[in-house]
Amino acid sequence: MSIIAARKDSAAAAQVEEKKAAASAAAPEGTTTAQPASADRPATRGQVDITNVRKSFGATEVLKGVSLSVPPGGVAVIVGPSGSGKSTLLRTINHLEKVDGGYITIDGELVGYEVRGNKLHELREKDILKQRTHIGMVFQSFNLFPHLTALENVIEAPIVAQKRSKAEARKRGLELLDRVGLKDRADAYPRQLSGGQQQRVAIARALALDPKILLFDEPTSALDPELVNEVLDVIRELAKSGTTLIVVTHEMGFARDVADTVVFMDQGQIVESGTPQDIFANPREERTRSFFSKVIEPAFNI
Amino acid sequence: MSAIAPPATAETAPPTPDYSDYQLVPARHPWRWVGTVLVAAGVAAIAWSLVTNPRWEWGVVAEWFTAQSVVNGLIETLKLTAISGVLGFVLGFILALMRLSSSPLLVSVSWTFSWIFRSTPLLVQLLLWYNLGYLYEKISLGIPFTDVRFFEAQTTTLISQFAAAVLGLTLNQAAYSAEIIRGGILSVDQGQLEAASALGIPAWKRSTRIVLPQAMRAILPNAFNEIIGLVKGTSIVYVLAYSELFYTVQVIYNRTQQVLPLLLVATLWYVVITSVLSVFQYYIERHFSKGALRTLPLTPLQKARKFFTTHVAASPTKDAR
Ligand SMILES: Nc1ncnc2c1ncn2[C@@H]1O[C@H](COP(=O)(O)OP(=O)(O)OP(=O)(O)O)[C@@H](O)[C@H]1O
Ligand SMILES: [Mg+2]
Repeated sequence: MSIIAARKDSAAAAQVEEKKAAASAAAPEGTTTAQPASADRPATRGQVDITNVRKSFGATEVLKGVSLSVPPGGVAVIVGPSGSGKSTLLRTINHLEKVDGGYITIDGELVGYEVRGNKLHELREKDILKQRTHIGMVFQSFNLFPHLTALENVIEAPIVAQKRSKAEARKRGLELLDRVGLKDRADAYPRQLSGGQQQRVAIARALALDPKILLFDEPTSALDPELVNEVLDVIRELAKSGTTLIVVTHEMGFARDVADTVVFMDQGQIVESGTPQDIFANPREERTRSFFSKVIEPAFNI
Repeated sequence: MSAIAPPATAETAPPTPDYSDYQLVPARHPWRWVGTVLVAAGVAAIAWSLVTNPRWEWGVVAEWFTAQSVVNGLIETLKLTAISGVLGFVLGFILALMRLSSSPLLVSVSWTFSWIFRSTPLLVQLLLWYNLGYLYEKISLGIPFTDVRFFEAQTTTLISQFAAAVLGLTLNQAAYSAEIIRGGILSVDQGQLEAASALGIPAWKRSTRIVLPQAMRAILPNAFNEIIGLVKGTSIVYVLAYSELFYTVQVIYNRTQQVLPLLLVATLWYVVITSVLSVFQYYIERHFSKGALRTLPLTPLQKARKFFTTHVAASPTKDAR
């Protein structure tokens, strides 16, 4: 409780340090701490702390007390069998899904709640929306707006949610489309683009709000195999840029390459986590070993 | 045939001839021409009977078609359609949003509204509104259960024929449009709303900028159906002796006994209005289909232009050969 009380004050940086110290000292059992960002990424923002998060749908408990920390600029890849709660966990991070217990902070600021007395009150919609502009999300099914062109998709939120000028948003939008290699398709509608191109537009759209954190929910699983890499390459570039990334994926090769931390989830819990080498080469838990033996070997034998 | 053909082997195969100088000839469709001729003949026969049968009394139709009283009636019809159409759809939009909201109170209010107005005959609704003065002598605006009144009037002076007609048509229309709009909104993928809220776009903008433009594709065909229905539906206000188009021609033919030609006058005007609306419908639907189709089909005008530039403009060069 003292951790939350401390965060109420505004000397954020100091608080974060204090909180980290507190977290490592008094962390709830099983708190997973991701590896610090490597030295070539001078990231200062985008610290994500998930503490003992619980979530049920009706009688089924989907998240059973999940704790995870990702440092600024860190890249955490979440893997695990279908139905283990990966998407649900990701959606709690931007409050698309409300938690039933526990809490999530970003740079020390509670997501979706505020402290009043000794209670956490849910924020009003307006404030939640404002928080979400710091958290980009890329969906498995792209969810581009089909009635808007690629560029219009990218500039919609900056104009409507951040009240930026249209000219400024367009300029930045074109830069972002260029970054994902789609400058020349700026005026195409989503249905005129391939799946891989659509997902790259979706990434540009998420970047347009200049988020501290990007969440990816199986960004390549709706794509044909030959389109997967063009999307993964864009995410690889992002990983070097200092934005904190949390990626749910079934692409083990990608996880091995890009992740600082691989998190293995099963049945609503984090079974274990660590560097890709640790997790892939010598997993500690039997569950992890059997999952990877099913998922990785066939993939690498091809 | 194939039995007689010599077996094609690598040695005997002749070299592929060069076709590059040949002219391309599109496939002919003789049956299409036969069909066209038959349909044209049928249409001509009907047109001929319409023109030559004296009982249609085209002279009378022409005489009344632009008569002042008929035009006045037409204007009233257009006025009723426009006002109750617009108000009906605005109210319908609000009702649809209420119905889709998460507040149980709003949902049940909206549901009850649609239930009542869809289950009572429009005729009864109109007569009730017009005779509201019989049920409630005065209408007043004030604080309930006190004597404070800001405004008070005789019901009969407040509810004219026009007011009763607009009230009846609007509320009835709202109940139906609400369902049409709700259906359109439901047809938009849930992921769209999710993506918009993940981007921090406020609820109202999510509805108006993301969901509605996509819902329009499903809403428009039904909405135009309703509006076209309303154009002719306004004729029901004849029960209030309101002189819109249909009531006007009734009054005239009761006087002149030229029933058929005068019904024809009204019919022709309805056809004109519907045709104009259909053109609007075409272009509005086209506008909202952007992004939904990979390539938009040509408009009839563009098609005609293309036809003339390829066929008519090309023919002189053909003749020159
Ligand atoms: N809105 C919901 N209502 C009820 N149950 C839900 C809902 N969303 C998810 N669930 C359930 O929660 C569990 C975890 O779902 P989740 O989508 O998080 O799994 P996942 O790990 O992302 O799986 P996958 O790899 O297949 O995407 C599943 O059993 C699912 O059926
Ligand atoms: Mg999932």
